[in-house]
Amino acid sequence: MSANDVQPAIEGWYTMDAEHPHLLGSCCTRCGTYYFPKHISYCKNPACDSEQFDEVQLSRTGKIWSYTNACYKPPEPFVAADPFEPYAIAAVELEKEQMIILGQVVEGVAVEQLKVGQQMELVLQTLHMDGDIEKVSWKWKPRTGDET
Amino acid sequence: MSQDIAILGVGMHPWGKWGRNFVEYGVKAARDALADAEVDWRDVGFVSGGATMRNGYPGYVAGATFAQALGWQGAEVNTSYAACASGSQALAAARSKILSGACEVALVVGADTTPKGFLAPAGGYRPEDPDWVRFYLGITNPSYFALYARRRMDLYGDTEDDFGLVKVKNSEHGYTNPYARYRKKFTLEDVRQSAMVADPLRLLNICATSDGGAALVISSMDYAKKMGRGDAVRVAAISTVTPTFASSVVEMPDIATDSAAADGVDALRYRAAIPAKAYEEAGIGPEDINVAEVYDLSSAVELDWYEDLQLCARGDGAKMIRDGVTRLGGKVPVNPSGGLACFGEAVPAQALAQVCELTWQLRGEAGERQVQGASAGITANQGLFGHGSSVILKS
Repeated sequence: MSANDVQPAIEGWYTMDAEHPHLLGSCCTRCGTYYFPKHISYCKNPACDSEQFDEVQLSRTGKIWSYTNACYKPPEPFVAADPFEPYAIAAVELEKEQMIILGQVVEGVAVEQLKVGQQMELVLQTLHMDGDIEKVSWKWKPRTGDET
Repeated sequence: MSQDIAILGVGMHPWGKWGRNFVEYGVKAARDALADAEVDWRDVGFVSGGATMRNGYPGYVAGATFAQALGWQGAEVNTSYAACASGSQALAAARSKILSGACEVALVVGADTTPKGFLAPAGGYRPEDPDWVRFYLGITNPSYFALYARRRMDLYGDTEDDFGLVKVKNSEHGYTNPYARYRKKFTLEDVRQSAMVADPLRLLNICATSDGGAALVISSMDYAKKMGRGDAVRVAAISTVTPTFASSVVEMPDIATDSAAADGVDALRYRAAIPAKAYEEAGIGPEDINVAEVYDLSSAVELDWYEDLQLCARGDGAKMIRDGVTRLGGKVPVNPSGGLACFGEAVPAQALAQVCELTWQLRGEAGERQVQGASAGITANQGLFGHGSSVILKS
């Protein structure tokens, strides 16, 4: 498959760096609050009325706040493989940004292999196929060799 | 000056998957509430409806829809949409009208007809809508409930069987409730054998969506006294507070929490802030509560509610269910109606159904599910987009 066949499932939410992808967030230039997704023109900190933001790459590692899985096929707009393959979901805390970001866990990692506090890193993986086009999304992957 | 109002009448349409027009359920509940109140429909000055989003325009203007169905008689109308708190917001709007002196008696109605299966977002490609995004990524409502449940297991040592005990308790409570959809006594083994949906939650740990309708007739205390109903159950508090930035718990339908990098995490998490305001408004505390109706969207989140209602210390929820404190006959029975476990959720009607149940409990009319000597009760629920509510009733 050529590189042209790979597209982001959601345009502009993450870098398409195959090795070290980052979620794209924004940071308020006045109070320093981070946002993901970045589409924002007003700061939601009640003590700040700034409308100026820098686009920033969010930390691509964090630790598990909690986790679960999806044993049944979700409704649309989810595009399910046929047959449906269950997948794990993780809520991961980013230390610097002090926020939790949800995402699927990479294929082949089941809930039995996850623990609260476990170190995870961000990768890109297929969310679904759209004809010949591979639509990729961010997913969380256990960091190998790390102590939890 | 007392801010209390009187509940003159309550009524419900049985929960189920009837597949009929939601207006039918609302009218049945409203007529039952009016009959219970002994109030003529033409004397109602304000109709406050909880909106439904799944039934087209009549659902968006539910207050007017119910008023027309009962027969236009000139009453003013209101429609509230606040996800799971819709019924409470409709009640709060009617209470404000009464306390301002603009109306003496009001009718509050919520009813819904729900589709089968997962609640799904509106269609199209809409990445600006967090509800759309999370479904696109495959994160459904049970995913969030499961994240909270797993967190309890990790932090407090709760087990899957603790969650199962909640289901068993609620199914015993709702077994004789004529308005409940599921009237079957489930065992712990039934829960263990049911299919895993979102680990650690199984099918019998997660509430379904239902059709149903609930209604209240409320009035000023003066009006109640004039009717010889000065002893009616009272609404002592309604809380519909929103979260405080930065919220540290990932909430439906968001894909991320607030960042606390600048402002720090708010000390009181949102679910705990909802009843805290109700206690303050009613001037009573958790030690005064005899009965509670809480939103058991999952059987694990019922344990969170015990702690958020301050019925026990943080982390002690599972001990409450193990020790039988929250079952009928225990110190503080929770969900004597059977809760969402026995009802399934009919969004705009559910918060009102909680109030109906507490009214029957405080009148001593709850039959086999009666909490003996109940004189103060609290409801609690939380839904999407920063909506939640808690109502305190006193006899």
